[in-house]
Amino acid sequence: MHARTDAADTTPSWPDDIFATLQRFDVRQVPYVPDAGHSRLIQRVLDSSTMRGIPLTTEEEGVALLAGAWTGGQRGVLLMQSSGVGNCINMLSLIPILRFPFLTLVTMRGEWGEFNPWQVPMGSTTQGVFELSGVQVLRASDAAEVPAVLEAAAAQAYNALTPTAVLLSQRLIGAKVFTK
Amino acid sequence: MSKANLLDRRQVVSTLLANRKDVVAIGGLGASTNDICAAGDHARNFYLWGGMGGAAMIGLGLALAQPKLPVLVITGDGEMLMGLGSLATIALQKPSNLSIAVLDNEAYGETGGQTSHTSAAADLVGIAKACGIADSRAVTTLAEVEAFAQAVQDVSAGPRFANVKIDSASVERILPTRDGTHIVNRIRGDLGFNPI
Repeated sequence: MHARTDAADTTPSWPDDIFATLQRFDVRQVPYVPDAGHSRLIQRVLDSSTMRGIPLTTEEEGVALLAGAWTGGQRGVLLMQSSGVGNCINMLSLIPILRFPFLTLVTMRGEWGEFNPWQVPMGSTTQGVFELSGVQVLRASDAAEVPAVLEAAAAQAYNALTPTAVLLSQRLIGAKVFTK
Repeated sequence: MSKANLLDRRQVVSTLLANRKDVVAIGGLGASTNDICAAGDHARNFYLWGGMGGAAMIGLGLALAQPKLPVLVITGDGEMLMGLGSLATIALQKPSNLSIAVLDNEAYGETGGQTSHTSAAADLVGIAKACGIADSRAVTTLAEVEAFAQAVQDVSAGPRFANVKIDSASVERILPTRDGTHIVNRIRGDLGFNPI
């Protein structure tokens, strides 16, 4: 059984802040690979009448999907966990080649009190992978800064076509707790 | 090596696009992208020169954004095999305007003709069907290609999938533009979208 530390148990409002920003920027397609840290935002998206939540089998599908969405006139955002970033690497090459707006929100594992060593290698390289792939990285480490970081990320991604990843730190989400 | 009675890839693609009307055609990395160019360059052709495994998902994003527009992904067996999960993703979304045609020569033609999994084991029609794409067809005749091309125009009855067995003969290289930004903006312009 998995439980969460109090950061998640008290139903934080930062996912609602993210949802409001995405709505304001007219985001329509929201591909995702589920993650506990994104569960509230995913639920908001699935309940929305303007956004379409699109479950993926693997994260790189979402990069290609966003290219197609933009070609058809819609904006999107990719939701994933840090371990999924590695799955995207080759597909990230579409972003500078096709020049479509790319925004991804990544819940971090493998940092800040991580219990599972298997999460650490990819979590430790997530930022580097993005930067080497031409994606600018912003980070939110506490709930208070989420709205401003999201606003900046969405603005530069959609207005200036600057490929952008927001890392939602494990400190913000709450380290996953494993109990027997 | 070519087997007897298999279809010619160029004839298949020119048949698929002969009466295309509003179709946006996405050509997967490899010979397929050249094939859609050989059938005639078009403002609504999306030529892929990379992103292997992504053609079907680009089709899904486009189809969801433009639900009244027929969207046709034309790709090879190797490219489709790299994105098999996307068939499950597409089946779940049920985009009624999306069609996928795989040109299956059972080989990686661009890299020396190494045999692919479809040559001896993998059944792409069975995979598509089992993922939940009910209209999944094994195509071996030109008449079946024509029927699929007609079905592509029906944007209310997809998604649909066709695996077209083609011969593995080399054909004349006809190379489309490699400028990805041009390709995307040309389609966007044709659909009525302004530059940012």
